[in-house]
Amino acid sequence: MKSLLKIEDLVSYIGLYTILQGVTMEVNKGEAVVILGRNGAGKTTLLRTIMGLVNTRSGTLALEGRSLIGRPTYTIAKEGIGYCPEDYGVFDELTIEENLKIAMWKEDKETLQRRDYVLDLFPDLKVAYKRLSKTLSGGQRQMLSISRSLINDNKIILIDEPSKGLAPVVIERLAHALQEIRKHTTILLVEQNFALACAVGERYYIIDEGRTVDEGRMEALMSDKALQSRHLGAI
Amino acid sequence: MDVFFMLLINGLAEGALIFLMASGLSIILGLMGVVNFTHGTLFIWGGYIYIATYNRTQSFLLSVLAAMAAVFLLGAVFEKLFVSRVYGNIPAQILITLGLQVIFTDLVRLIWGATPITVARPDFLAGRWVIGGATIVHYRVFLIFVGLLVAIGIHLLITKTRIGMVIRAGVQRPDMVQALGINIKLYFTFVFAGGAALAALGGALYAPLTGSMSSTAGLHNQVLAFIVVVIGGMGSFLGSAFGSIFLGLMGAVVAWFVPSLSVVANVTLMALILAFKPNGLFGLAVKK
Ligand SMILES: Nc1ncnc2c1ncn2[C@@H]1O[C@H](COP(=O)(O)OP(=O)(O)OP(=O)(O)O)[C@@H](O)[C@H]1O
Ligand SMILES: [Mg+2]
Repeated sequence: MKSLLKIEDLVSYIGLYTILQGVTMEVNKGEAVVILGRNGAGKTTLLRTIMGLVNTRSGTLALEGRSLIGRPTYTIAKEGIGYCPEDYGVFDELTIEENLKIAMWKEDKETLQRRDYVLDLFPDLKVAYKRLSKTLSGGQRQMLSISRSLINDNKIILIDEPSKGLAPVVIERLAHALQEIRKHTTILLVEQNFALACAVGERYYIIDEGRTVDEGRMEALMSDKALQSRHLGAI
Repeated sequence: MDVFFMLLINGLAEGALIFLMASGLSIILGLMGVVNFTHGTLFIWGGYIYIATYNRTQSFLLSVLAAMAAVFLLGAVFEKLFVSRVYGNIPAQILITLGLQVIFTDLVRLIWGATPITVARPDFLAGRWVIGGATIVHYRVFLIFVGLLVAIGIHLLITKTRIGMVIRAGVQRPDMVQALGINIKLYFTFVFAGGAALAALGGALYAPLTGSMSSTAGLHNQVLAFIVVVIGGMGSFLGSAFGSIFLGLMGAVVAWFVPSLSVVANVTLMALILAFKPNGLFGLAVKK
């Protein structure tokens, strides 16, 4: 399999605090990889570091062999990374249409096809298309955030805890959507909801106190209750 | 009734001038979080360049455009060289922009002298109507018209264009805008320079109104613009528009009946509004 995102011994900091203390992981093309770890482990910070929103101190971070370290956020995104932050990052004062439009790098046929594709995937967005995004529910915001990350021909999308604060039925719909999306897209998913993580992920990494502490195939984690309680008991 | 009508025209004209300053300040503060004290000096630069060009060419339109274009560039340079280094650091922003204000105001004195320079109103705007006991100056009506055009222009820019979309999104989430692959710094420079050009338009239109420009004219207008930003709510275009009209009308009324209270009235109004609406009339809730 072709390696897409490669991270080695990544250390990053916010102000005086070193948050990531050595994260190592690799995502291959076409994979869906899940990051697990308890609250405050550094999962969000890892995604923000990849996007260049948190400063790196040392280590390597590269997409298809091109280093992302020290580069402005917008050029990192342009390398082909879509980002769905923990709080969705939806622009309230923009309509759903505008939230998608602002993300488009081109308005060519392929982009418009991808737009139609996400609108079919999330019909809620089609119904509310011309409304301001501040009228959306949490689940709909998550749908918009994910749709926005798919609007360009991105190589990978990073999704930060999409299940957070959502009702079980909504999470189930989300799981179906993500299963559909992963057929075409490489996904790096931060997720504490084990059911959703299992439904989407093929491989996992566990992060604790800013370090990768375990990795493996998702089936292994699913079938091994001892492993689960060792790593995820605290969740 | 005649007096009422005259005060209305005067107030709206004054409001239009304040609006040209305040709308730029408000967007710069809302989008970029920059407290900008250079607007006063950009205003007088606009006025002086206008006069210098007009006295040579006698072309009103050319002179206004020259003032706006030159100050647009000046604003872009301010942003690139100085302001962009102090994003997120308000004390440093105040020091740097105040410093620029002082230096560039002195530069005006150096180039054009410390005494005010004069300019005539262009012929086609020089007239007035006398209705009963009131005089309506054509030029003031023209100012209202320009203010309205600019307001519509900014409104269309903000609601209908990609630049406007990025500005509206950036006011709320600049980090996310960048995470979508947009170089928001480019937009920052454009907005700062655009705000500068509007301040220059204000200065250029102010000069023929009073017939002169002085190096001290900037400060007064800058204070008014800041009051508008506070009243209207930072980052709110609608707020700047209403705040400016409000302040202009009140200024005209107070100046007519109790001229000595002009400044007191403005500040009192600001304090009252803040007491009841801490984010201003149209302000976004303060984040973080
Ligand atoms: N701006 C900040 N300044 C200082 N420390 C921070 C900052 N942001 C996060 N941290 C710290 O970094 C650590 C990792 O935070 P992060 O948000 O990445 O955790 P997380 O794994 O995403 O947690 P959760 O599951 O709760 O979302 C935490 O200890 C947090 O307190
Ligand atoms: Mg998190």
